[in-house]
Amino acid sequence: MKKIIFFIIGGVIIVAIAGLLFWQQQNNPSSSVNGTVIVDGSSTVFPITEAMAEEFQKENKDAQVVVGISGTGGGFKRFCRGETHINDASRPIKESEVELCTQNNIQYIELPIAFDGLAIMVHPSNDWVDYLTVAELKKIWEPESQNNVMYWNQIRSEWPAEKINLYGPGADSGTYDYFTEAIVGKEGSSRGDFVASEDDNVLVQGISSDALSLGFFGFAYYQENKEKLKLIPISPEKSGMMQSAVLPSIETVNDGSYKPLSRPIFIYVSAQALENKIVSDFVSFYINPSNAEKLVSEVGYVPFPESLYELVGKRFSVKKTGSIFDKSGSQVGLTLEQLLRKEE
Amino acid sequence: MFNVITILQRKSKKRNWLEVAFLFSTVSALGIALFMLAMLLITILQDGFLRLNWQFLTSFPSRNPEEAGILSSLVGSFYLITLTALIAVPLGIGAAIYFEKYAPKNWLNEIMEINIGTLAGIPSIIYGLLGLGLFVRLMALDRSLIAGSLTLALLILPIIVISAREAIRAIPSSIQEGAFALGATRSQLIKTIILPLALPGIFTGVILAISRAIGETAPLITIGALTYIAFLPTSPMSYFTALPIQIFNWVSRPQEMFHINAAAGIIVLVFITLLLNMLAIVLRNRFYKKSNS
Amino acid sequence: MYDKKSEVKERLIGMIFGACGMLFLFVTLGVVVIIFWETIHFFQKVHIFDFIFDTQWTPLFHVKHFGILPLLMGTLLVSGISIIVAVSLGILIAILISQYSSKKVGGLLKPILEILAGIPTIVYGYFALLFITPLLQKVIPSLSGFNALSPGIVMGIMILPLVVSLSDDAMSAVSLETKMAAYALGSSKLQVIFNIVIPSAISGILAAIILAISRAVGETMLVAIAAGMKPTLTLNPLVPVQTITAYIVQVSLGDTPAGTLEYRSIFAVASVLFAITFIFNIIAQKLRYSFKFKN
Repeated sequence: MKKIIFFIIGGVIIVAIAGLLFWQQQNNPSSSVNGTVIVDGSSTVFPITEAMAEEFQKENKDAQVVVGISGTGGGFKRFCRGETHINDASRPIKESEVELCTQNNIQYIELPIAFDGLAIMVHPSNDWVDYLTVAELKKIWEPESQNNVMYWNQIRSEWPAEKINLYGPGADSGTYDYFTEAIVGKEGSSRGDFVASEDDNVLVQGISSDALSLGFFGFAYYQENKEKLKLIPISPEKSGMMQSAVLPSIETVNDGSYKPLSRPIFIYVSAQALENKIVSDFVSFYINPSNAEKLVSEVGYVPFPESLYELVGKRFSVKKTGSIFDKSGSQVGLTLEQLLRKEE
Repeated sequence: MFNVITILQRKSKKRNWLEVAFLFSTVSALGIALFMLAMLLITILQDGFLRLNWQFLTSFPSRNPEEAGILSSLVGSFYLITLTALIAVPLGIGAAIYFEKYAPKNWLNEIMEINIGTLAGIPSIIYGLLGLGLFVRLMALDRSLIAGSLTLALLILPIIVISAREAIRAIPSSIQEGAFALGATRSQLIKTIILPLALPGIFTGVILAISRAIGETAPLITIGALTYIAFLPTSPMSYFTALPIQIFNWVSRPQEMFHINAAAGIIVLVFITLLLNMLAIVLRNRFYKKSNS
Repeated sequence: MYDKKSEVKERLIGMIFGACGMLFLFVTLGVVVIIFWETIHFFQKVHIFDFIFDTQWTPLFHVKHFGILPLLMGTLLVSGISIIVAVSLGILIAILISQYSSKKVGGLLKPILEILAGIPTIVYGYFALLFITPLLQKVIPSLSGFNALSPGIVMGIMILPLVVSLSDDAMSAVSLETKMAAYALGSSKLQVIFNIVIPSAISGILAAIILAISRAVGETMLVAIAAGMKPTLTLNPLVPVQTITAYIVQVSLGDTPAGTLEYRSIFAVASVLFAITFIFNIIAQKLRYSFKFKN
């Protein structure tokens, strides 16, 4: 009896291997290294790059695009060593990474490709928060508030005397970096007593099951879980009013009226890699406004207005190297459009 | 089955009560473990079972959850595990035999043993970082299947060596001395006595080690395993992805449909592990029978 | 019997095994060296006094503290709970399989339990977070969404097969004659188990426990998902904590550029992990030898 089982399992495995090898021969285009576009980096940008890779490969049967998710930092490490052609980045390149690139003679072309909105959320049963100002958010999240600002009525006296339970991405994520830069004014600077998770789905879970919750994460995750969460409009003014408070949406992030909580996300292309025709074809495909608008919004991010994609396209066609940010990471203030135009 | 009858036949009442209580505690322990396993399997099956179909198994990943499938990750995992086993198992068994039968039993040997046990506890992601530096960069293997396999082999080697050593140690010295008395050389001893008798125990270690390797995510991502790849590996130097990486990626996407995909992927992964386990167990039992005949 | 040919053959075989051993040694030493190399670089910037005694761990925040205690506490809490679960249940089950049940039943039970070892750790992580924690919250309302109890229990179940398999192998190796002799002298089953089987098998059982501790302390994804990312200096298993391994994952897969101090902190904490496991292994070694000579 045992022998029979043994032979059956062995037989299944052999058939499986044979079938695989045969199937492979039928379906595989030759995978020469020159024909492969190598992308790595941020898991935030990944869904967009995946979509682009998929469509690009449909239009170009011989092309192969591979994408990894080592993280923005890990991705830059490989990129600046020439191990990848393109780096997905959820934040601009940092000084130390620029140094690494220079050391290895890698010239990078920085191309913003979409907006990622950061949504502020509370539990659906929360009926007292109608909007929040940047100043109020700062008060809630700044480092000094740890053990100090613990109750809702410390923000506005008419709010309930209940605890505020905070949720957000962990300190090693680009989302967290951007939020702290935009709200508290300094990257990496926040209180430490919040529920942190790298996985935004876990944050959704947490906020939607806690009536006293307040949290932030990427807009795409809100869109997929609308029924479980309540979105809060944000007013950028100091003494905010309901009228000036803006809800994040495709339109408001796109035209910049939802501020300051929308950040650009990027791909960095190595100039040397562009000598490879397939890489430059892929990048052109990526920043082509019609592709970008369709695919970016399909995966839940906010595409640029067409004019902005044209600016990016121009940047690419002249192969403009260097960063438009001052290499210190996240940037708030000047709009992307202004920054790109400055460079022209 | 259980020697309950023998227990009930005992004369002393106090002894009897204690024995029954003890037996009860062991059975409860088993019950708790099996209950947890059942809950785990049920929750996984609930979410993902309906998604399992031929399309899911033979499609490449896609931004569209309904079109996405596990083909590249499934094949990748398969090749990865095969290569890893081919590297780690002979090396691990060989090293264990060396340490137990050839190496002098001095303090160096002792330190080595402690070292091995310690390495079994290093978080897997550190092996990923080391694999990146050593295999991908230094040995210029790039982010290939073989780099991944070597990294995983590094990870599971300590487990294999430790359990192999224990299996070898469990062989009664009387048998070994008897063999020497009959004039056997060391290699003959190994071939006819040690290997056959220790093989069941070694296989236990191998099963546990490989089950571990097949579910590893973090070290593979660190050495550069891909998450999106729409073609199959053609050689040990090819780019690749693995099933746990695909699952991990899908689970952290916002769309609910991707979560269902992830659950279906988990079912496949668990199923494969089961298959491997069964194969190794059959092998283990076969050798057990052989050595007892 | 001993001619030139078989002597050469002997030597060759000996060399092959030796090569395996040497390669393995080389590789393991290499791992150790690399970890400590990066750690030394880390301590060039961070004072070791702060590392040991500071009560906060915030290298990724703006105001940086590098005290290892909160991470250490997190690791000890979660691993401690898991070891209690795994060893208590595991040894009982191993006794059940090796001493009470027939070969057939044992042969069936072991593989079923080994399934537990094959489930990927991320699955356990989500199981702990999305199933066990809410379940526990019904019994313990003050339990927070991320805590040490839930992953501790789940991890215990995960490493259970390790303890069971290795302990069972060890206990089954105790010869039938020895046991029969004990029965012939009038021992009850319990006496045979506790006075004969367990002491003879103690080497294997201890190896199993040490391997389980090493596994628990080094487990990464399970705790990264379910225990939380908040370094907390506490003995309370009901609040979020962060283990050493969860921190390593956070930085490795996150945004930190390589070569920086934050990046090197991974290796520094890994060294601590290494040191802990090393000490446990030494203890196990000593215990093993003392038992060997006792019998």
